[in-house]
Amino acid sequence: MGLVLLIVIWLITILSTYFFVAKTWWLPVGASAAAPAIDHHFATTFIIMGIVFVAAQLSLGALVWMYRDRKDAPKPKYSHGNMKMEIIWTVLTAVLFVGLNLMSSSIWASERFRAADPGAVRVEVTGMQFAWYFRYPGPDGRFGTTKPELEDASSGGEGALGLDTADPASKDDVVSGTMFVPVNREVEVILRAHDVIHSLFIPAMRFKQDAVPGLAIHMHFTPTQTGEYEIACAELCGMGHYKMHGMLKVVSQEEFDQWLAAREAEKQ
Amino acid sequence: MATHGSAAHETHAHAAPQGFIRKYVFSLDHKVIGIQYYFLALAAVMVGMFLSLLMRIHLIWPAAALPLIGEIKPEAYLSLLTMHGTIMVFFVLTTAPQGGFGNYFLPIQIGAPDMAFPVLNMLSFWTTLLGFLVMLAAFIVPGGAPLHGWTGYAPMSALQSAGPGEGLGADLWIISIAIFCLGALMGALNFITTTLDMRAKGMTMMRMPLTCWAWFITAILGLLAFGVLLSGGILLLMDRNLGSSFFVPLGTVNGQLTGHRGGSPLLWQHLFWFFGHPEVYIAILPAMGLASQLLSVFSRKPIFGYKAMVYAMLSIGFLGFMVWGHHMFMSGMSPYSAFAFSVLTMAIGVPSAIKTFNWLGTLLHARIRFESPMLFAIGFVSLFVSGGISGPFLAQPVLDIQLHDTYFVPGHFHLIMGVASIFGIFAATYYWFPKMFGRMMSERLARWHFWFSFVGTYAIFMPMHYLGMAGHPRRYSQLTELAYLHPLIPLQKFITYAAFVTIAGQFLFVVNLFWSMKYGAKASDNPWEATTLEWITATPPPHDNFGGHTPVVHNGPYEYGVPGAPRDFVMQTDPEIAATH
Repeated sequence: MGLVLLIVIWLITILSTYFFVAKTWWLPVGASAAAPAIDHHFATTFIIMGIVFVAAQLSLGALVWMYRDRKDAPKPKYSHGNMKMEIIWTVLTAVLFVGLNLMSSSIWASERFRAADPGAVRVEVTGMQFAWYFRYPGPDGRFGTTKPELEDASSGGEGALGLDTADPASKDDVVSGTMFVPVNREVEVILRAHDVIHSLFIPAMRFKQDAVPGLAIHMHFTPTQTGEYEIACAELCGMGHYKMHGMLKVVSQEEFDQWLAAREAEKQ
Repeated sequence: MATHGSAAHETHAHAAPQGFIRKYVFSLDHKVIGIQYYFLALAAVMVGMFLSLLMRIHLIWPAAALPLIGEIKPEAYLSLLTMHGTIMVFFVLTTAPQGGFGNYFLPIQIGAPDMAFPVLNMLSFWTTLLGFLVMLAAFIVPGGAPLHGWTGYAPMSALQSAGPGEGLGADLWIISIAIFCLGALMGALNFITTTLDMRAKGMTMMRMPLTCWAWFITAILGLLAFGVLLSGGILLLMDRNLGSSFFVPLGTVNGQLTGHRGGSPLLWQHLFWFFGHPEVYIAILPAMGLASQLLSVFSRKPIFGYKAMVYAMLSIGFLGFMVWGHHMFMSGMSPYSAFAFSVLTMAIGVPSAIKTFNWLGTLLHARIRFESPMLFAIGFVSLFVSGGISGPFLAQPVLDIQLHDTYFVPGHFHLIMGVASIFGIFAATYYWFPKMFGRMMSERLARWHFWFSFVGTYAIFMPMHYLGMAGHPRRYSQLTELAYLHPLIPLQKFITYAAFVTIAGQFLFVVNLFWSMKYGAKASDNPWEATTLEWITATPPPHDNFGGHTPVVHNGPYEYGVPGAPRDFVMQTDPEIAATH
């Protein structure tokens, strides 16, 4: 029985670790400024915790096999433990875990403890059952007022957001079902939700943030590669949660300007 | 403080009841109540497991029409996951280890004739049962069971218009949890009082088996946590039915104003997780205590670092109240507080690691008997390590950005608070069944059950980590909408197949349980040659546990292989051995 346990525990450990190490399934390719640091820290944590995982499982398997009950087995050692060992492994794990944490805290701080650059592209992202809307302030740089009582989900676009057309600032606002942003420029995201909590998840950007009714949450990220990236909703929001998705299109600054100008022209 | 001697016992002893109703239904006997809790949890786990099977079937065959059930709609999938989570967390993981085994064995292991408050004990069971029935009723009311997940995040859980199931079904869901909280609070008071006041002469706190420490600490956590959930639930009910706005700000659903303004959705999350995180430890602490117990018994040597184990459990309980914010890194909570919650969460890994080291230390230089309780205890240690190792990923906010609300999270918590705790329940069943029912369980079936469960658990939950890293959001009823999920569908299929096999393996357990009650070999009073007090009394124990006399304790709970002793184990009631360590 000891041998069977050893084989099963070791096999499970080796197989599980193989798929991690072979990266059969892994983080999607990162395409934002924050991605390299996050991925690097993921790899660091993965290596350290991987070593702990393999060491603990292999020793568990080895111990149950080595100390199985058999006829010629030596008497068990009568011992209530070892205070010195307790202190050593307590200190070691404390240093390891807190150290790991401090390493990642600087990345967290550089992402989340500062506001977006003043020159960032501003996009207001609104989640509602079950769609994302993206609003750009237009040439005046100001978002027009929205009012809950004006919201009409069935009309889509501006109507769904409840844009107050009487507000002059709303005249040049552009509302889109697809998120367009220029490459290599910081994007300031202003997250809102109408009904329940949603969560804007853009895996390739290493970006996730809940959109909470009643709050306007400011976040930022900088895409570094052009391309199309899927947007998902990560927070359970109701029966259509699984189909609440969108597309992020990262394009050159010129293409972005052309796209925005074309949308402005459509409005006039 | 502790009232030793017979005075306390006489106060709490009550005559053995005669009629069937008083003896087996409305019983005051902690042993009967423990068995009642156990069977309640068994019924609940069958329901919960069945729901998870339906979820797995729906995920890979979304259009399949099942016999009697028909097609599972996307919203029905959300009801399934909500009810699966709620039933498993409350009526299985909280009910069986504490209400079931704790009730039965805490008084016996500390040498008491019953719990401190037998009537309260009976009341807490019937309250819990009522809670379960109300929970089941949510399935059959118009609109069905709620969709909002076991975490019930507001505003979704607060608005009737947020989706089907958010009507009467959601009200029943909240009421059921509130009723459960009342039962759990009564139980917690009883456990704490019993541990402090009912210990036999010589049973000092530091001579208690680690199972008793675990039940005691779990009860303290329950007392502090369930009150908060109860309050939160009442506020949520008021938001839903009385027009208050604790959790709902100004907003609309489908363009219609909800009529609420000024509430905070994050307030619900703070209240919920202030309960929810300690709840994780409520589920797993009893299993930790039991694993320690069994590793020592079947290794035939003392537990490695008894005191360190006690202090580790106390610090896990203490720190467990300061880490709830790690569930909310992406919620819009201040990024500065994320930093603090993260450090504290990593710190809780330290006592967890101490426990693992001590379990491995117990196996070192042991002479291991591979009986079924020990197999599950070893399985517990393996699962505890595997589930624990992913904790430091989720505890770091920068990594949580990618992993939060993906399959990585269910992979993590199912391994550790889910199945590791379930392994604790299995181990406890195989270990204590002889004492409870007077017969042995089939060792052959138990071994097969172990292999199915152990390998199956890894096959189901390890791949979920891979899904999560690839960015697969959890709680998606269909996998066809996002293009990047398509390559992951084969892995999802694998998980479903593994679930079929693992669930099939569980029938070995159920068959073994009921078959052995009637046909198992007769059990002796101490079949495992263990030292704690439940093994000095008759099998099954008499109504007052020790047949009219009160045990006097002279030794610690883990005296195995004592040099110079006549047997390889020294009972807690045997004459005191000289301290040699």
